[in-house]
Amino acid sequence: MSSTDPQDEPEVLYAAREPVFPRRVKGSFRTLKWWLMGLMLGIYYITPWIRWDRGPAMPDQAVLVDLANRRFFFFMVEIWPHEFYFVAGLLIMAGIGLFLFTSALGRVWCGYACPQTVWTDLYILVERWVEGDRNARLRLYRQPWGAEKIRKYGTKWLLWLLIGMATGGAWVFYFTDAPTLLHNLVTLNAHPVAYGTIAVLTGTTFLFGGFFREQVCIYGCPWPRIQAAMMDEDTITISYREWRGEPRGKQRKGEPEGAHGDCIDCMACVNVCPMGIDIRDGQQLACITCGLCIDACNDIMDKIGKPRHLIGYMALTDETRERNGEHPKSVWRHVFRPRTIVYTTLWAGIGLGLLVALFLRTDIDMSISPIRNPTHVVLGDGSVRNAYDIRLRNMYSEPRQFFLTVADDPSITLTMEGVQGQMVTVGPDEQLNQRVYLTASAGTEPAREATSPVRIWVSVTGDTARIYGDTVFNGSGQ
Amino acid sequence: MAAPNKKHDKPTTGHSWDGIEEFDNPLPRWWLWIFYACILWSVVYWILYPAWPMVSRATAGVLGYSSRADVDAEMATWDAENQVWYDHLVSTAPDQIAADPELQRFAVNAGASVFRAQCSQCHGAGADGVRMGSGFPNLLDDEWMWGGTMDDIIQTVTYGIRNEEFPDARYSEMPSFGRDELLTADQINEVVQHVLALSGQPHDAALASAGEQVFLDNCASCHGDNGAGDTFVGAPALNNAIWLYGGTEADIRATVTNAHFGIMPGFANRLPEAQIRAVAAYVHQLGGGQ
Repeated sequence: MSSTDPQDEPEVLYAAREPVFPRRVKGSFRTLKWWLMGLMLGIYYITPWIRWDRGPAMPDQAVLVDLANRRFFFFMVEIWPHEFYFVAGLLIMAGIGLFLFTSALGRVWCGYACPQTVWTDLYILVERWVEGDRNARLRLYRQPWGAEKIRKYGTKWLLWLLIGMATGGAWVFYFTDAPTLLHNLVTLNAHPVAYGTIAVLTGTTFLFGGFFREQVCIYGCPWPRIQAAMMDEDTITISYREWRGEPRGKQRKGEPEGAHGDCIDCMACVNVCPMGIDIRDGQQLACITCGLCIDACNDIMDKIGKPRHLIGYMALTDETRERNGEHPKSVWRHVFRPRTIVYTTLWAGIGLGLLVALFLRTDIDMSISPIRNPTHVVLGDGSVRNAYDIRLRNMYSEPRQFFLTVADDPSITLTMEGVQGQMVTVGPDEQLNQRVYLTASAGTEPAREATSPVRIWVSVTGDTARIYGDTVFNGSGQ
Repeated sequence: MAAPNKKHDKPTTGHSWDGIEEFDNPLPRWWLWIFYACILWSVVYWILYPAWPMVSRATAGVLGYSSRADVDAEMATWDAENQVWYDHLVSTAPDQIAADPELQRFAVNAGASVFRAQCSQCHGAGADGVRMGSGFPNLLDDEWMWGGTMDDIIQTVTYGIRNEEFPDARYSEMPSFGRDELLTADQINEVVQHVLALSGQPHDAALASAGEQVFLDNCASCHGDNGAGDTFVGAPALNNAIWLYGGTEADIRATVTNAHFGIMPGFANRLPEAQIRAVAAYVHQLGGGQ
C-alpha cells in the first residue's frame, strides 16, 4: 500500500487470509502444552460426570447449573439466586486473575489455556494426523480437487465435526443430570433445546477450530486489545534477541567469520507458528505467546552448535541489560513487583471475603415484601393489621419448621394466612411465599403512628441459627 | 491514510457546490440486491398476510392469518389445560378447597385474575373497598355483613346483594327514618348518640341513654340489642370500628335519616361456576375469611 502504486489500480485495504500450516515441533513448551491440553480437556469432559451425594431430594451431580430450578451446585456448595453475588465475586476474581497473569507473564492465558487455543491445537493435531506435516498439507492445499484431496479433507472434517459434537455434547451435561441426559440424547428423547445447543456448539467449534483459528484472536477477541493496557516493560513475553541474531543469514563460503548473527534465517520459528507470524519482527498483537517458536529455534540452535534461546521469554527491561552485556533480571524479580502484588492482594482479598461469606451464611433465609395496597386494615375491635409476603428459604435437604416471631413489641401479634400458630413447614431445598399478618392492638403506639419500625425473627427447628428481617408497620396515622 | 485519490477520472454527478463535486458511484451491489429482495419480500407479504387497510378492515391475505384467532386459539388451549382444575374446583366442597394445597394455589391465582377483571372496579385492586366510608365493603377486615365463610361468599358472588335479577339474591332494606318521618329529629339525635356510644366513640351520655329505647324499638330487630349486627339480614355491626358509610356523627345521622341501599350484581350468568369458586377462594384468603 505504498503511494507509488500504478495510477489506475484502485487502492485495496482488504488483505485476504494467508492460510497457516504450522509445522510439527518438539520441545519443552510443546510438551507442556500437550499436558495442559490433556488436563483442560479432561476437566471439561469429566466434570459433569462426577457424582456428589446430597441426600434423596437433591441432585447428585457435583457441578450442576440447574437453570430450571434456579440452583447452582458446586460440590458441597449450593448457590441460590439470591446469592448471586458469589458468582459475581468469582467473575471479578477471574478478571483480576487475568490482570495478574497478564501483567506478570503476558498472554499466558492466550497461549496455553484459552479454549480457542486448546481446540485449535486439537484440530491441528487431527489435521496433521490425517494429511501429514506442513509440506504435505501445503501440497494437498494447492493441488486441485481429486480423490485424495476429497478423501483426506472429508476425513478431517468428519473428525472435526465429531470433536465439535463432543464439545457441544459435554456442554449440555453441565445443565442437567448427565447420565439421564445422555440416555435421552441417545434414545432421541432429549429436549429440543439440548439438541439445539449441541448443534450450535458443534457448528461454532467446527468453524472456530477448523477455519477461523488465528483470525478469532486477531480480529474477534477483545482481550489482545485489553492486554496492551495490562502489560508493561517488566512483563515477560516472547522476544527475538535480534542483537544476537542479526544480521541474519547463512554463512557462505568466502564470507568472513562473524559476517552473520546466530539467526540462519531457516524460518523454523515462522513455520511452526499457529498464528502465522514472524516473531523476529518483534512482539506483536497477533502473538499469543504459545512458546512453539522457542522450541523450534532451540532445536536449530542445538543443531548448529549455538547457545539456546535466540528466541525466548524475556521482558523489555532485559533487552537493554542484555545489549549492555549485563545479566537479565531473574524471573522472580519480574513476577514480584508492586503491581502484581496489588493484584494478588485484591484477588486474594475477594477470595477470602467470599470464603468467609460462604461459611457464615445460614441455611435459612428470608425476605419481606410488605403489602402496600392497602397499607393497613382497621379491624372491628379497632386494631390495625398489616400484611406481608415473606419468602422463607429452606436450604436444608430435609423439611424444616420455621418459627416466626415479632421482636420486642408486645402490642403487635403475628399470625399467618392458612396456618395455625406461628410455625410453618418449608419443604427440603424449597422456598415458601407465606402471607403474614401483624396486628397492633387498638390504641397502641404502632396502631396510631403513621409508621413504626418492626423486626421479624425467624428460627428453625433443629438449628440454633436465627435470622431477622426489618420492615415497617403502618398504623392508621390518627 | 492520506493516500492520493486515484479515482479522479470517475464520472461525477455534474453538480458542483462551491467547487465540491460528487462522484457518480453505483450503489454497492450487495446493498442493491438486498433492496430488491426486500421489495420482492413485501409483495409476497401483501399476498400472504393482511396488509392493505381498506374501509372496514385490512385485506385478509391468502393465508387467512389473524393474530386475534391466534389469541383465541391460545386461550382455548389454556382453558382446555385448566379444565381438569376447574372440574376439580366444582367437585370439591368449598370449605375443603384450602385443604388441597395445589388446588388452593390454582384457585387463588385464578381467583385473583377474576377479581381484577370483575370485582376491583368497586372493591378496589387491593380489595379494601377503596376507602372506609365509600359504601363498597372492605373484604380484608374481619366484619362480614352477609357472612364470610366460603359458602357465604360463593352465595354472594353468584347472586349478588339486593339484586333483582336473581330471586335467590339476599335482600334487606333499612328504613329511611328521617326522610319518611318514622322518627323525629330529636329521636334521631338521641339514637345517633347511642350508636356512637355503642362503638365506643365520644358521645353525649344523656342523649345516648335516651336513645337506647329508640334503638331498641326501631333498630335492634336487625342490628341486635347491643348493635352486634346480623348477617342473616345483612345488618352491619354498629359496636365496632368498621363503617361502610362512615362512622362520624354526621355520617351516622345521614344514614339514619336517609338509609342506604347498596347493590351488588350477581355473577351467575357472567362467570362459570369454577371461576366463582376461584374468586371466592381468593377473597377468603385475603385476611378476613371465616
